[in-house]
This record gives sequence, structure tokens and C-alpha cells, in this order.
Amino acid sequence: MDTMTAIYVAMLLPLLAMAGNMAFSELKNVRDTFTLLCAMATFGCILIVLSNVGNGITEPVSAFTVFKGIDIAFNVEPLGLMFALIGSGLWILTHVYGVGYMRGNNESHHARFFACFCIAISSVIGIAFASNMFTLFLFYEILTVSTYPLVAHKGTPESIRGARTYLAILIGTSIALQLTAIIWTFVLTGTLDFTQGGILEGHVTGWIVPVLLGLYAFGIGKAALMPFHKWLPAAMVAPTPVSALLHAVAVVKAGVFTMLKVGIYIFGIDFLAQTNASEWLMWLAAYSIIAASVVAMFQDNLKKRLAYSTISQLSYITLGMALATSMGALGGGMHIAMHAMGKITLFMCAGAIYVKYHKTEISQMTGLGRAMPITFGAFLIGSLSIIGLPPLGGSWPKFLLMTASVDTGHLIIIGVLMLSSLLNVAYLLPVVGRAFFLPAPEGTPTKFAEAPLLCWLPPAITAIGCIVLFFYAGSIQTFLAPIVSVSP
Amino acid sequence: MADTAQVVEHTARTLRDHLPVLQVLVPFVTAPLIVLLGSRRLAWPLAFIASAVALVISFIMLMEVREGGMLTYTMGGWAPPLGIEYRVDAANAFVLLLISLIGTVVLPFAYASFRDEIKSRDHTLMYACWMLCFTGLLGMVATGDAFNVFVFLEISSLSTYVLVAMGADRDRRALTAAYDYLIMGTIGATFFVIGLGMLYMATGTLNMADMADRIADQGMNRTVRSGFAFIMVGMGLKVAMFPLHLWLPKAYTFAPSAVTVFLSATATKAALYVMMRFTFSVYNPDFAFATNTLEIIFIPLAVIAMFSASFVAVFQTNFKRMLAYSSIAQVGYMLLGVALLTDTGLTAAILHMFNHGLTKGLLFMGVGAYVLRANGSFYTQIAGLGRKMPITTGAVVIGGLSLIGVPGTAGFISKWILVEAALERAPEHAMFLAIAVAIVLSSLLAVVYVWRAFEVLYLSEPDPNSTATEAPLMMLIPMWILAGGCIWFGFSTELLHDTAVQAANGLLQGSQGMLVIPDQGGAH
Repeated sequence: MDTMTAIYVAMLLPLLAMAGNMAFSELKNVRDTFTLLCAMATFGCILIVLSNVGNGITEPVSAFTVFKGIDIAFNVEPLGLMFALIGSGLWILTHVYGVGYMRGNNESHHARFFACFCIAISSVIGIAFASNMFTLFLFYEILTVSTYPLVAHKGTPESIRGARTYLAILIGTSIALQLTAIIWTFVLTGTLDFTQGGILEGHVTGWIVPVLLGLYAFGIGKAALMPFHKWLPAAMVAPTPVSALLHAVAVVKAGVFTMLKVGIYIFGIDFLAQTNASEWLMWLAAYSIIAASVVAMFQDNLKKRLAYSTISQLSYITLGMALATSMGALGGGMHIAMHAMGKITLFMCAGAIYVKYHKTEISQMTGLGRAMPITFGAFLIGSLSIIGLPPLGGSWPKFLLMTASVDTGHLIIIGVLMLSSLLNVAYLLPVVGRAFFLPAPEGTPTKFAEAPLLCWLPPAITAIGCIVLFFYAGSIQTFLAPIVSVSP
Repeated sequence: MADTAQVVEHTARTLRDHLPVLQVLVPFVTAPLIVLLGSRRLAWPLAFIASAVALVISFIMLMEVREGGMLTYTMGGWAPPLGIEYRVDAANAFVLLLISLIGTVVLPFAYASFRDEIKSRDHTLMYACWMLCFTGLLGMVATGDAFNVFVFLEISSLSTYVLVAMGADRDRRALTAAYDYLIMGTIGATFFVIGLGMLYMATGTLNMADMADRIADQGMNRTVRSGFAFIMVGMGLKVAMFPLHLWLPKAYTFAPSAVTVFLSATATKAALYVMMRFTFSVYNPDFAFATNTLEIIFIPLAVIAMFSASFVAVFQTNFKRMLAYSSIAQVGYMLLGVALLTDTGLTAAILHMFNHGLTKGLLFMGVGAYVLRANGSFYTQIAGLGRKMPITTGAVVIGGLSLIGVPGTAGFISKWILVEAALERAPEHAMFLAIAVAIVLSSLLAVVYVWRAFEVLYLSEPDPNSTATEAPLMMLIPMWILAGGCIWFGFSTELLHDTAVQAANGLLQGSQGMLVIPDQGGAH
């Protein structure tokens, strides 16, 4: 199968899965197996793209022209390919987990749930392979709209409120700021194609550069840069598989992925460095990193705590872009993979605890580790990866970011990153410590009684993935290298 | 002396050469035919066939002129400027297509809707009125004769008053709504004809091309200027330009559902076209620039309309009324595009006319389906219908997204081009940057009012006594045709866009565009 076909098929397969969900909505085993097969085939397609292209960059191929100068077009480049691999690969695990969760929890509207999920995945692949900003924005918005029903899934007043916040911030920022920035870019340069070295250089000068960057940075609400971060905790009312895949991987990563794309291919790292336009963004990202971590410490609800942790971690990636060096951009790119693996583990563990014991608050989980050793073990590994300790994947991007800060002479950023690690320790490890070491209060089960297999197996696998990634970080770095080399 | 005065022989030979007049004539003849036959069973098929023929004609004409050039037709072989001339170029072919497309697609819907909302003895006359309204709108757009515009304007207006008043079977307030519209509409038409009178005084001709030529010859004087003001105010009333919009919410809310669909998608657009034609072709863009009328008056009014009407829409409790207010805001976008006075701005306005026609037509059809099944369109009445009428509501969701301007829908494309147009002028003056921001901010208000409806439809608990079921196929098919259009033109809009650019170019060439006289009448 040639590369473009593989991309199209990868985008259509989730939609096929959606159709299957609608068609077999009453036959739950057929329905869920069908989706699983589609998920695997999707991942297979991305693997084909990988084996065809490797870490090369292909020419954009236009699917069709919207109007003059604007195409729906796709191409393959390492960053997008990595994002697609993560998204589709983790979809398989999340689907398995989601089936366990939704059944174990007796949630309603299975078919609608999985159908919206499939559209979201399809748009993630669209985002990953978009070769211009228009195409990316198209799928970005489809992703927003298709995840809204997932957040509002339970239909309780609380979830409707959460979903409203979710939508208001994501649509609000993207239409008011990002769209303006995109059209402005188009008016200034006459193109929106992602080009190595950026397209803005020579077309804008002075104050417009940081303003435009600001429109993008805040407009990409999915990157949860403060002060537009509230949607992420609000989205935690969604069922946990949604939080796991969408709000730890697909949606938020789509945000920071867009951020990197804009930094690397619209502005160009060198252009950002020359104009110093991103310096304010670097400080804002640093602030986001620390502030979100501090807020996370005071959350008792486990999912909310993880959400704030995500906000903090996403800003690492924004920071990597804003440092305006190739090392920073690489670190940011790599962090997409590492954080995805770590955070999905944590969310799936949180969901497993909820399915089995219906506990959502950290204070209720005292002593629960004896009953759920695998879940909490996986949680520990995920936490350590987020903190950034070797031998876990999360340590490498931090290392690269620190190197980049030294390169650019921003020593304070090193301090920020270290402080953030300490804060991560302070808000993640107590969850595990409490579960394993504190005496269990009356009524807490102490005998081994894990969540259903489908709920604990996927986080165990991703936890192992965190360890594996540590050893393959070098290959990821080599893989991503072409995105920052200016030569074509 | 003007080129227009030369003797032009009428040498029409084939049916194809008669298209510009057939466009108007077919529905015009159908209206009395329906009344004369007086058969309730034949009324609808006749109307539908006439509309479909009009659609085909407008499509053929669009294909002929979309690369530039124009079709002219001299009525009865009387050469202009003495005789009445029909003139179709990219700009009006585009609007003709919109009107006939909507007219045709809505009819099956109207059939189902009228049966429910209108006493059956009135059906025949209703379709006759409908055809007259259709004729009037098409005529306004197709003709190249200024007084003829007024005649067709009145034909469409008078029949519209009747159509709106027929909503009285459901709600007596339709009568006052129609009365309001009658008063305001008549004032508008009067202003328009006063303006025409002044132009006639100054130029001694009624043919638009000839008029353009003579205005250019004599330069500006007070008569010509006041004529412009009268025409703008008159048409502004019909367009529902803020603050001349007061008739619109009531008329749209209380008219029978199908009538609202038809009017919202076509009537204001036809009037806007006339406004553009007079601004750019009869007068020329230099005139508009020189007097700054458009920039100083239209831009603020358009921006106020975008915000205030959207804001009012947010607080409506009736879906239909909410959409009516939204229409006023959307007219603001179109006027803004016109007032930007650039190629891109006009393209945006023309494209938005079409896209918004599709979108609003679709949404009002959704309302019609709810009225049919749930007996009303108040939010309390349509609560939870998303589950009971999934196919209808699915289409409404697409329409709502297009109204917001979510990427992948038609509404997005026109909003994109409008913002682009504003930003293009940003280097001139920072005000245009603010306008670009205003466009996106006001579309956020659209998110609020549309989402409010979505939440009511999907997340509210349905009335336990409600027996609502899915709308009939006659309603679903037209809805999904428009929904398909909303999606299709959100992705592949090349054809529309090129035509709109062509139309905008033609309009911006000003009187030049009008001065070109084809070699022979009847043919192009």
C-alpha cells in the first residue's frame, strides 16, 4: 500500500468502526470486537506509513482544493508520524480498557460513546498528517466538536456544566484567536503550508511577530497554556477512558503538537530565535509549569490532580518550542511520546480504582494498595516517568530541555524544571505511598481483589512501555531529528 | 453618445437564447395557472415543476457566465434603453441559482408543512402566492431595468405579506406581523422608487446600464446623491439592515414554517443583491469611495448588527425567533463584506449570501419539523427531541455548526474569506484589524446561542407526554440535501468561490461592467 493510501485508510478505518458501532449497537461483543479490529488495522496502516517513509519528509499531496490557495492536503513528517503512532497505538489499549470500564461500570449509550470516540481518533490522524495549517485547523475543530458529547456523556447537570466549559474555552480560543492568526498568516504570506524553516520570515517584522505568536499560543487552547487551562479539569467529568486517551493523549497532544508545528513550520525556530518573539512565551510556560503543579498538590480528586499535572506537563512542550533552539524543539517533541505513555497509565489506573471500588478522592484510597497491587504498581511507574527519574522514559525530554536552557543561557529555566520535578514528587508519590503504607481504615479490602482484567492489563502494559521507552529514547531523538534541520 | 443607444437587432433563435426571460416567465405563468386550474392536487406538482425548471435554467446560465461575460435579453425585441432589458452576469446568476435552488428544495418540505399548518382550502392560493413571490425575487435579480426591479420587488413583497399572514391559522399574531412587514416594506419600496425617480430626473433613462453611463457623464450632483441615499435606505429596509430590521423577527417567527424557510434563504439576499448592483454598477465604486458612505455608515451598522442581534438571540426562548435574530446578525456579515469595498470583501459577501441561505434554510426546516411534531418551537417544547427525532436533529446540528462557522462547513468558508478581507486592509488602518477581531468575536456569540439549542435538544429531559416521532420523509429529504450542501461547500467550494470572485470583479469594475454591450440582442 502506498503512503497516501495508507493515510486515507487510517483516517477512514475509525469511521468504519463508527459505522460498525451504529450498525451493531445491540450486539455488544460483535460491536466491540469489530472496533478492536479496526483499531488494530489503523495502527497497521500507520506502521505501513512508517516503513514506507521512515523519518523522511514527504511532499504534500492535495486531497482536494477548497478554494484558490487553500487545500486539504497531507504529508508525512517525523513529528506527525510519531503523533499518529502514539494516538493509534494507544487507541487499541484504550479501547480494550474502555470496554472493560464501560461494562464494569454499567455506563449507558455505549454505541454513541464509541462512535464519537472513533471520530475523534480519525481527526487525530488528520491532525498528525496535515500538511498545512488549514487542514490542521479543520481536524482540530472536528476533534473539539466530536469530544463534546464524550465529556457530556453522563448527562448530569455537573457533566453538562463541565462540557460547557470545555467547549466554550476550546471553541472560543480557537475561533477568536487561532483562526484570526491563521487567516492573518495567510494574508501576510499567501500560503499556509508547513515549510521547513517557517513561512513568516521576511513577511513580518517588529511587534507583529510576538502578537501573532500570542494569537497562536493562546488560540491553541488544547495546549492548556494558562490562563486557558480550565477546560481540562472541567473535562474530567467524562468517563475515564475519555480522560485517558483524549485528555492525556489525543486532545491535549493535538494541542501541543499544533504548537510545535506552528513554532517549527510556520514561524521557524531560527526566526523565533532571531526575533526573540517567543521569550515571553517561555516565561509564561515556565509559570504554567510551576503554578499548575502547585494547584495539583491541593486537589483531592485523583482525576483533577492528574489534570493539573497534565497542564503542567504540556507546558514543558510549549517551553521546548519557546526556547527556540533545535534541542528544545526535539525535547518538546519527545515529551509528547513520553508524557503520553506515562499519563495514560495514571488515568487508566484511576479508572480501574473507580470501576472496582468507586473511589474518586485520594483521601479515600488509603491502604487500597494491598487489594490492587498491580494497579498501584503501574501508577507508581507512571508517576516516576512523569517525575522524570531514570530508568523511565520521562527523564530524557527533561534532560534535553535542560540542555536547551543552558544553550540559550536561561539558567532560571533549569531551576523551574527541577522545582517542577520536586513538585511532581510531592503530588504524585503520596497517592501511591498512602495506598501501600498507611494502615487501611475499617472497611477497606485488604485481600487481593483487582479490577476486571480489561481494566488493569492495559495500564500494566503502558507502565512497561514507560520503561521500554527509556532505552529507545535515542532512536526517538534520531527519528525526530529531521524536523529541526533546515536542509530539505 | 452612449453605446447603449445603438440599434440592436433582436435575433434570438434558440430556446437557449431565451433563458434570461424564461427564468422569470416560467414561475410567473405558473401562478395564474394554478389559480385557474383551481385543483388542490395539481397545485403542488405545477409549482414544483416550475421551480425545478427555474433551477435548471439558472444553473445553465451560471455555467455560461461564470467565466465572465453576460447574457442579455431584450424584451419583445425593443432595444434598450427604450425596451426592458434582462442582463445576467456572474453576480446575478449566482443569486438566481440560490433563489431557485432554495425554492425547489423547499417545496417538498412545504407540502408536508402546509398540510399541517394551513387550512386545506387555502392550499391552492398559497402555492399561487408562493409562485408569485418566487417570480418577484427572480425578476428583481434578473432584470437590467431599474423600474422593473421596483415592479418585481412589489410583486414579491405583496405576495410575501399574504404568505406571512397565513401563519394566522396557527397564531393570530401572524396578522400583526404581516401588517408590520407591510408598513415597513411599503416604506422601503417607496423610498426605493423615490430614489429611482430622482435618478430618472437626472438621467432620463431607466435602463441600468444607460443610467450608469449617464451618471458617469454628468458627474455628481445633489439629485444623484439623494437618489443614492433613498435607494440605500429603501433596500436597507428590505435587507433588514440594522436599524431597519424591526419587521424581521416577527415576520419570520409567525409566518408558516415553510414560508420562513423560503424567505430567510432568499428574500433578504435578493434585496442585498439589488443594493450591491446599484452601489457598484449603477453608481460606481468610486462614487461609493468618494462619498465614504459605505465605510462610515455601513461598517459601524454592520458591526452593531453582528453583536446586538447575536446578543439578543442568546436570550430567546423560541428556536424560531432565535434564528430570526441570528439572520439579522448574518446580514451584518454580508453588509460588512460589501462595505469593505474590496474584491475579497465582496467575494465574502456574495459567498456568504449563498452559504447562509443554505444554512438558515436548513435550520428553519428543522424548526418546521419540530413545529409539525411537537406543535411548537419553544425550548420547552423541543426539549429532548434529539432522541425522538434523531435524523431531523442530526441535520439541525450540521446547520448549527455551519451557522457558527465550524471548519468543514459552508459557513466557515465565507467567514474565513470575510476575515481575510478585513485583514487585507489592516495595513491601511488599525480599525480593520479590530473589525477582523469583531467578526470572530461575534461568531462566538453564535456558539452560545446555537449551543443553547443543542443542549435543549439533546440534554434536556423530553416532555413525558410528548408523542413526537421522526419527521416525514418529505421533510427529511430537503433537509438532508441542504445539510449535504452545507458540508460539501465547506470542503469543495472552488466552483462557488471562483464564481463569487468573478461576480465581485464584475461588480467592482463599476459602470464599466455595465457599459459593455454585446454584439447582438437576445444572444450573448
